[in-house]
This record gives sequence, C-alpha cells and structure tokens, in this order.
Amino acid sequence: MGHVELVDLSKSYDKQKSVLDGINLTIEEGEFFVLVGPSGSGKSTLLRMIAGLEEITGGTLKINNETVNHLPPKDRNLSMVFQNYALYPHLNVEQNILFGLRAKKVSKQEQQERLMEAVEMMGLGEYLKRKPRELSGGQRQRVALARSIVSQAPLCLMDEPLSNLDAKLRAHMRIEIRRLQKRLGLTMVYVTHDQVEAMTMGDRIMVLNDGKIQQVGKPIHLYNEPANLFVASFIGSPKMNLGNAVFVEESKELVIENALSIKNNSAYLENIKRTEKLKIGIRAEHIFPATSETATHHLEVVNVEQLGNETIVAFDIGAELWTAKWAGQWSVQVGERVPVKIDMDYLCFFNAKTGDLIRPAHFSKEKEVAAI
Amino acid sequence: MSMPNTIAEPIESKLDFEHYKRKERIKSWAKGMLFLLPSIILFTVFLFYPLVRTIYLSFFLTNAAGETTVFVGWENFARMFNSPIFMQSMKSTFLFVLYTVPLTIIISLFLALLANEKLRGIGIFRTIYSSTMGISVAAASVFWLYLFHPSIGFLNMIVTGLGFERIGWLTDPTWALIAVAITTIWMNLGFTFLILLGGLQSIDGYLYESADIDGAGYFYKLKNITIPMLSPTLFFVVTVTIINAFQTFGQIDILTQGGPQNTTNLIVYSIYREAFVNYQFGSASAQAVVLFIIILIMTIIQFKLGERKVHYQ
Repeated sequence: MGHVELVDLSKSYDKQKSVLDGINLTIEEGEFFVLVGPSGSGKSTLLRMIAGLEEITGGTLKINNETVNHLPPKDRNLSMVFQNYALYPHLNVEQNILFGLRAKKVSKQEQQERLMEAVEMMGLGEYLKRKPRELSGGQRQRVALARSIVSQAPLCLMDEPLSNLDAKLRAHMRIEIRRLQKRLGLTMVYVTHDQVEAMTMGDRIMVLNDGKIQQVGKPIHLYNEPANLFVASFIGSPKMNLGNAVFVEESKELVIENALSIKNNSAYLENIKRTEKLKIGIRAEHIFPATSETATHHLEVVNVEQLGNETIVAFDIGAELWTAKWAGQWSVQVGERVPVKIDMDYLCFFNAKTGDLIRPAHFSKEKEVAAI
Repeated sequence: MSMPNTIAEPIESKLDFEHYKRKERIKSWAKGMLFLLPSIILFTVFLFYPLVRTIYLSFFLTNAAGETTVFVGWENFARMFNSPIFMQSMKSTFLFVLYTVPLTIIISLFLALLANEKLRGIGIFRTIYSSTMGISVAAASVFWLYLFHPSIGFLNMIVTGLGFERIGWLTDPTWALIAVAITTIWMNLGFTFLILLGGLQSIDGYLYESADIDGAGYFYKLKNITIPMLSPTLFFVVTVTIINAFQTFGQIDILTQGGPQNTTNLIVYSIYREAFVNYQFGSASAQAVVLFIIILIMTIIQFKLGERKVHYQ
C-alpha cells in the first residue's frame, strides 16, 4: 500500500501532444523518491500535478488510497519547496515560516511550538527577524525547508530546491535534506535534473524523458542495468561510453565503431542475435589500466583530467569520445599510447534501433547472485 | 646619487596617478553633462523659467498685457486668503480630491483584480477597462455632458425611471462637484487600471502557489500577498492621482465653467479665470504658487508616510 499512487496519469495542454503519458507509479510511505530527467522531460509538471497546482488530464492520482484528482492543493495534506523558494519578500523569516499556519488558523501557542522546533532543526535562531533579501542563498533554502516542516504534512514535494546554490553548499544541503527526511519519516518526492543528486539522495529514482518513464528503480540498479540507451547515458558521471558494434563471425570478434575489436571469449553472449544492430556501453571505471602483458588494446590519449584521487583519461574510438576513470594519480601525456584492458564481461548490450537493453554487464549479474 | 632617486620615483609616479584620476573624473563629468543637456535645456525653458517667473509675478500688480506695474510684496497672498471665493475654491479642490482619489483607486484595483484572472476572452475586458486612457478630456467631457443633460440625459432617465425627481447634475450646487468627480473618476480609471494590472502581473506566481498549498483563502492571499506586493505600484498611483486631481481643468471648463455658485471652481480653473478672464496676472501667479506649495507638501507627506508602509523588492 503506497502513499502516493499514479495510475495511467497523463497531461496535455489544449488537447495537443501530451506532455506526460501513461505514468504508472507507486511511491511508498517514508520513501525518498527522486524524479530525474533533462529539462522539458515533464518532471516538474508531474510534481505540480501531485501538488494540485496543475490540472490532471487523464488517469487517477491517489494519496493515502484516496483519489485526489479533484481536490485543491490545500486538501491534499502536503508541503512543497519551490526552486526559487517562493519566500514572501515583505515578511521576515518568522512570518514566512508561520504564513501557512496563520492561514489555517492554528492556535498561537502551537504556532510558536512548531516554529521553535523547525527553527532549531534548521539553525535559523538568529535570523528570525530578517527579511529574505538579507539572507544568503543557503539560509533562504533553510527558511523554505522550515516552512514545509512546520506544516507537519507527511508528504513533501521538492522542485529542484538546490539548483540555485553553489556546488559546495549543494553537497551540504543534500545531506541535510536527506537527514531531515529520515528524521521526520517524510515521504519525499524530489525533482532534479542533476543525476548526481538523484543517485546520492534517492531511495528510488524514476528517469523521465519526453514525458515517458524510462526506468524506475534503486540508484545502483539504474547504474548497473540501465533499461535503455537514454538511462545509460543519463545516469553516471562521467557518462557511459557508448559505441556501435558488430559481431564478425570469421574471427569471432566484436568490432566497435570499426576501431576496436574484442575477442569474443564469453560464453554468456551466445544467445544475442548476431544479425541485430548492436550498441554497446561500458562504464568509465571498467576500462582498466594495464601492463603490456595484460593489455587487450593500446589507445591514444586525447585528454587527461587529474582530479587528485583519480585520473580521467579520454580516447577517440571512431566517432565517439570514450573516457576511462582510473583510481589514483597516473602520469600519462596527451598523445601517448597507453595499454588498457577492455573485457567483454563489462559490456552492456543495447538494441541500436530501439535503444533497449539486451544484456547488462556480466559482472553485475554475478554480484547480485552472490548477494542473494 | 642613486639613493634619492629610488625614493623620489614612487612619489612622483603617485602624483601622476592622482592627476590622471582627476582628469578622468572631469572627463566623465563633462560626458554626463553632455547627456543631460537636452533635458536640462527643455526643463529650463518650459519648467524652471516659468516657475521662477511665476514666483516673481506673484509679488506684483500687472496691466492687462501682463507687464508688472507695482511691487506689492505679500499683498496678493494676503488678499487671496481673505477672499471668500478663493477659500471656496480651496474647499472645493480638497473635497474634489477626497471624492476622486480613493474611489478611482478602489474601483480600478477591483477591475485590475478581475482582469488579472486567467479566463477566456479576458483580453477583451482588459481592453475595455483601459480604453478610457485613449479618450481625450474634451471628448469625454462632451460625452458626459450629454449623459448629465437635465431632460434627455441618460442618467436622469434612470433617475426618473426609478421614480425620483430629476437631478440638475451640473446646475445644482449640491450635485455639480459630484458630477465632475464622477466624470474624472471615469476618465482616470483606464490609466490607473493599466498600471495596477501591470503591478499585479509582476507578482511572482510561485507566491500564490505556495500559499495555495499552505491552504490560504482568497482574501487571506489578497491581504497578505497581493496588497503588500502591490504597495509600490499603489503608492505611485495614489501620488499621480492626487496630483492630477489638484490640477483638474479641462472637464471643469467644458462641463460647468466653475459654476454653479463657484462650487466647481477648482484651483486651476480659478487661476485660469483670474489670469485670462480678469487679467489679474499677479494674483493668478500667487494662486499658482500656493497650488505648487500644496502639491509639494502633499507629496512630501506621502513619501514620508509611504517609506514606512511601502515594500520595495
């Protein structure tokens, strides 16, 4: 029994092409659920439909097993944090936090109790009398969070709440929001376009593109077994290396982008149709550094990024630019040919025409089996 | 030899630096003045010079051609404040401001709130509501002249239709000022409506959405979001409407010519009559100076009060 249920939900404007189509989804109670997708994918629209700010064109939306399609936002018992925080510029922090409680005529004493609790939780004690314009971005963010805390609604919706913050603060607020959600046992629906946020925060993630669900699942599942090429390239940083591939029967080799050939030494690939057009993907960390003895290929380095704890090396593979992520510091120069090890077991196979996954990388299967 | 040189050099270069900076400042000041010159010239010719000239004239008696004859000091002012006609004119003016300003603001705020709703065909209503902005004072006055006509006027047709006595809108001393006020309110609606609608539309929609989720009702949102967020616009509109009301002239000239019994003899009309009917340029100037001071004081008071209440982003 989920907290929020979306049954065949759809949205279109003026009976034109639909923005969202066939959304079926159940969000469990106490779950941190992340909607992620590129801009224009419809993720914010979906969130606003749950909030009741956007009309639902088709399907049913249930909250706590009750159909709420027809209910206005205030009767859905939820709180929302907006991208630009939607703080009232003419009210001070305290008035901002209490705005909703006053509108709902909560007793003065309870207002103060809830205010104190939220303020303490968010560390806003000294700023109560300040106006929003006198606060920094991070402080405004906290006020917005405090405002949703005091409502004590069990369901909290967040629309890209961290996108206006700088990278350092964002990383910090990620942890704070996650901790808050766990502490209050909130059901959270969180919209972001940042796949790092999605991966690090979500209990489950839904990837949305062009108004359609691409995949729903645990972050690691999405990372290891992307359902299609879109998810494969969207989830993970640096993105998964992709390339067109064909099996060459005579030499029993897989040729990628006409540039790279790998010996087909893996038995589990037997039942992939050899005639199909294939696309393969390999994660950057699965292109291993090698010595001349263990190397399967020698590739020319076109770019090197030293991150201190790891080194990102880029290669040209036909028309594609591939990256390899190696732990530690490697002194490689641009133009150098370095030995690498690419193993068939780490390749994901996709249907080039439909983009669907045919076979995930072998290693993840092994691990899952081991875990069970 | 080398020692003093090394000390002297940095000082010298610092002096050069100061000199260069001063030159830059003068240059940029000159450039700024160049840009200001057109408006300085226009303001001087059409505002500052007439203002100074009016103040000068207010201390003199003049002949019919407007040339100064006798210096009388404050006598023009003294006589003015002892004149029952001028005092009547002052009273009428303040009453007129009181009738027109609040009603104009309230009605146009109401219309703007209506027209700000997202409805089909709302553009038509927005056009209608703001259309009085495109009608000249003369045309509007003539139009209202017919509405106010004692026998064939539409207003009296309604009044008699409801079973009341005919009203002499423009001839009855108790009604004349109200009639002119109604005309003025109608004429000012378009401009005020448009400015307020613009103000309403610049309020961030997220604020209302957030309030919706918090469960705020329509009037709670109106009182706690719309009005405070609109306050700078309201303030501007109030200031402009007050100044306009003090300077009303055209509709008086066409509708009542100051009558009956001087009840609609508003101060600008009184100035006009004094100068171009009675050829008393001295006392007309004195009245103009008084009007200037009244508007100045009103505006200063408004800004002082406004600063505390108005919220700027």
